[in-house]
Amino acid sequence: MFQLFHNVNIDWLGKRKIFIGLSILLMLAGMGTALYRHRFHPNGTDAFNLGVDFKGGTVVTTRFKQPPTVEGLRAAIDTAGVHDAVIQPVLDRPGEFLIKVPQMTAAPQPEAIQNQQVGVDPARARVGQALKTFGEGNAEIVGTDAVSAVASSQLRTQAIAVTIAALIGMLLFIAFRFEWTYGAGAVIAVFHTVLVTLGLFSIFQIEINLTVIAALLTLVGFDVNDSIVIFDRIRENRKLYRRMSLYDVTNLSINQTLSRTVITSGLVFLSVIALVLLGGETLRPFSLALLMGILFGTYDTIAVAGPIMVWWERRLAATDRKAIGQAAVGTRNAQRSNANQASRGALAREQKS
Amino acid sequence: MKKRNLLQRAIIIAIVTVVGVYIVLGPHGRRPHLQDLKWSGIKANLQNNIHLGLDLKGGSHLVMRVKVEEYLKRLTDDNAVAALNAAKEAGFDVKEAHAETAGGNYRVVMTIADPSKANDTRAAVQKKVDVNENTGWSFSTSGATLTWSLNGTEQKALGDSATTQAQKIIESRIYGIGVAEPTLQRRGGQNSHELLLQMPGISDPEHVKQLLAGESHLELVHIISPPSPAPSQSYFSREEAMASLNSGGNVPANRRVLPYTERQDLTTTPEQSANAPKPQKWVVVESPAIIDGIDLRTAQAVQDRAGSDKYQISFSLKKNGADKFGTWTGANINEYMGVVLNNEVKSIAYIKSQIFDQGEISGNFTKEQGEDLALTLRSGALPAPIEYSEERTVGPSLGADSIRSGVRASVLGLALVVLFMLVYYRGSGINAIVALLLNMILMLAGLIIFGATLTLPGIAGIILTIGMAVDSNVLIFERIREEMRSGKTIPSSVEQGFAHAFVTIIDTHVTTIVSAIFLYFFATGAPMIRGFAVTLALGLVVNLFSAVYVSRTIFIWLLGRKGRRAESLSI
Repeated sequence: MFQLFHNVNIDWLGKRKIFIGLSILLMLAGMGTALYRHRFHPNGTDAFNLGVDFKGGTVVTTRFKQPPTVEGLRAAIDTAGVHDAVIQPVLDRPGEFLIKVPQMTAAPQPEAIQNQQVGVDPARARVGQALKTFGEGNAEIVGTDAVSAVASSQLRTQAIAVTIAALIGMLLFIAFRFEWTYGAGAVIAVFHTVLVTLGLFSIFQIEINLTVIAALLTLVGFDVNDSIVIFDRIRENRKLYRRMSLYDVTNLSINQTLSRTVITSGLVFLSVIALVLLGGETLRPFSLALLMGILFGTYDTIAVAGPIMVWWERRLAATDRKAIGQAAVGTRNAQRSNANQASRGALAREQKS
Repeated sequence: MKKRNLLQRAIIIAIVTVVGVYIVLGPHGRRPHLQDLKWSGIKANLQNNIHLGLDLKGGSHLVMRVKVEEYLKRLTDDNAVAALNAAKEAGFDVKEAHAETAGGNYRVVMTIADPSKANDTRAAVQKKVDVNENTGWSFSTSGATLTWSLNGTEQKALGDSATTQAQKIIESRIYGIGVAEPTLQRRGGQNSHELLLQMPGISDPEHVKQLLAGESHLELVHIISPPSPAPSQSYFSREEAMASLNSGGNVPANRRVLPYTERQDLTTTPEQSANAPKPQKWVVVESPAIIDGIDLRTAQAVQDRAGSDKYQISFSLKKNGADKFGTWTGANINEYMGVVLNNEVKSIAYIKSQIFDQGEISGNFTKEQGEDLALTLRSGALPAPIEYSEERTVGPSLGADSIRSGVRASVLGLALVVLFMLVYYRGSGINAIVALLLNMILMLAGLIIFGATLTLPGIAGIILTIGMAVDSNVLIFERIREEMRSGKTIPSSVEQGFAHAFVTIIDTHVTTIVSAIFLYFFATGAPMIRGFAVTLALGLVVNLFSAVYVSRTIFIWLLGRKGRRAESLSI
């Protein structure tokens, strides 16, 4: 049979310093860029390139039969009273443009529009006027997305809240099925993936919109999946090899499930590639978030989740030993599962030797 | 495994598959006929069965916020005026009364001359005005200052009811203009005061937006003027009108100063009148109004004269309003009354005789203006202004493009995954592919059963599911391989592989479903994202059946054919 990894025996935990160092480096790079952009605004950029969902404003999608130049379009829109518009041709559909208009609260508005008392900008109507100058029937507005400043800040808060809530949900579920330490390992690993993905979005200034949040939440689920597959194997192996140390059991389990981890991630990666290539402009930020997240998610289940869990278990074992030394015997141990006691015994032995 | 068990499994799978395929591709609500087996029939059924989201079929998605703070402010303002009038009528010496509506507080503050009369004044006010504990107003006094403040619970309750009322009014306006299949629902919690309106097929919502937000507040008022035959009293400037009040630059509580655009002389031709500057005047009217928009029964746009392209609104009043109006006009013959629309006097008429329930608003409206106005009047006045906080529109061509790219990406994703599974797992790859295809069919069937809508992110969810669905198969296959390597027989390797992988599969599926549930609840106001959460969760649930139950059955069947001595397995 055709096998990707056969009898691999890699000491993953032994390289934990390199892995965790690399992870921290990646996170720092992303967050550093975001902070730098936030403070100094190089070329007018911001920490994150937030879409209308989170920043407010209007995006008008227009389609031309005979497309004008970007400059011509900008001039026409400027004449119609919409300034600071960003005009972006849609790469995979010739003749189509995205016209992004920032929130225009400060701009003086004609009386007719003021009376309407609308929360979202009247940018659509203005762009519509501008498009008429390119000839009857040449241009049409095929889509708009307009979000008011208030609504966008609400969405922003919600997005952050739901991501954190999802992480806590995962932590609770894994703590229920396994142990707190496992939950912490998996959740820290996922959090790392989310941060690295966001960092890359900051570095490359890819737009963050609602679908990106959907992608991040999917990643949270997907990434924890991978960790759980390894944890399940650790749980199983600890019953099988009672004398083996947690360190070795973890290494063994990662190696045993390595084929599965890589194949599954690879398959999801393949379907996401299809999305990136053919999913169109609307889904691009979503597909890119998934693409990056799957790469780092696979890496972090192997390189981050395990080491953190093992480190935490060892610390617990160390404090337990102290507690035993002080004759406060049993209270902690009684609360924990038998399997754990066995392993902690093994750990203690290992550390003595 | 026994033969009977296999048969039972096969029957269950066959039934589920046939039902699934029928739900997806079969006709609903009628008997199937031969036409349904043709390609065109299948396509038509598929289109009927799957509800497409607005982002795929085109339409508008509008979120409006009812400005309840405006509603509460108006309520407080009205109560301040009413309280002042009530106290004065009862003969108390009131210095002033005003409304304080800043920072989420709504208060009526009154200053009286004699602090010892505070309680009597309070009683007099509360006899006439609904500002007592039962209506949520708490009273406090300090010296000569009387304060009524609206408590938080009541603010919430009033805000909630204003939103519900606005929803009803907007609903009737939408039906009035004949939008096809609109949905209007509350969005977010009770305190969000937001409404989500979805209108399929309308990709330019500008007109609808204006109509829905249109504030048509109709009042019939008493114009302060000497009675006929003297002409109705009007002033050339606001200052002049104010001066006539003799109240030191303040408008007293029982008066309002409103603009009035004088009606064109009917003898001039329309061209002349269009060019001539319209004289803007001011009039003083009595407050409160005789009749409010609530008493309106119906309103229609009718031509000014037969054949004219100018329109006016003719309205009639409900029984209550007609009675009130009849009594008032009967008592005020030869006085002047005005028709006020949105704080502007539209016409002034003198009362020849008692009038009961009919009236007109003339304003040289165009046909469309007239009809829109009549519709907003019929549906009643919005309790508070609304503002749009989100507007998303998708034209039909953009939607069709999204479907096309979504389908292409799905096919490519599916092809890549199928290819890999065949190369890597050979014979067993076919097993996984059968499971995958069944998964797709059942997922679509699930979408149809639950009446969920398929959105562009939903399609992305399907593509992602393709990748994740084979995960279960990969887990199982890898495990079987491991068991085989450890020297077990093939039947027991398969048995063990499924048994061990099953626990893991349950754990992984639950975590992803948990994140889909979070996503679903996060996206209360974003139906497109909800579509993604729904397809993702459905795909995973269905996967438990297709990847575990169906795959296992195929293995049982394969091994059964080879018998106990099975020595090879294509995996």
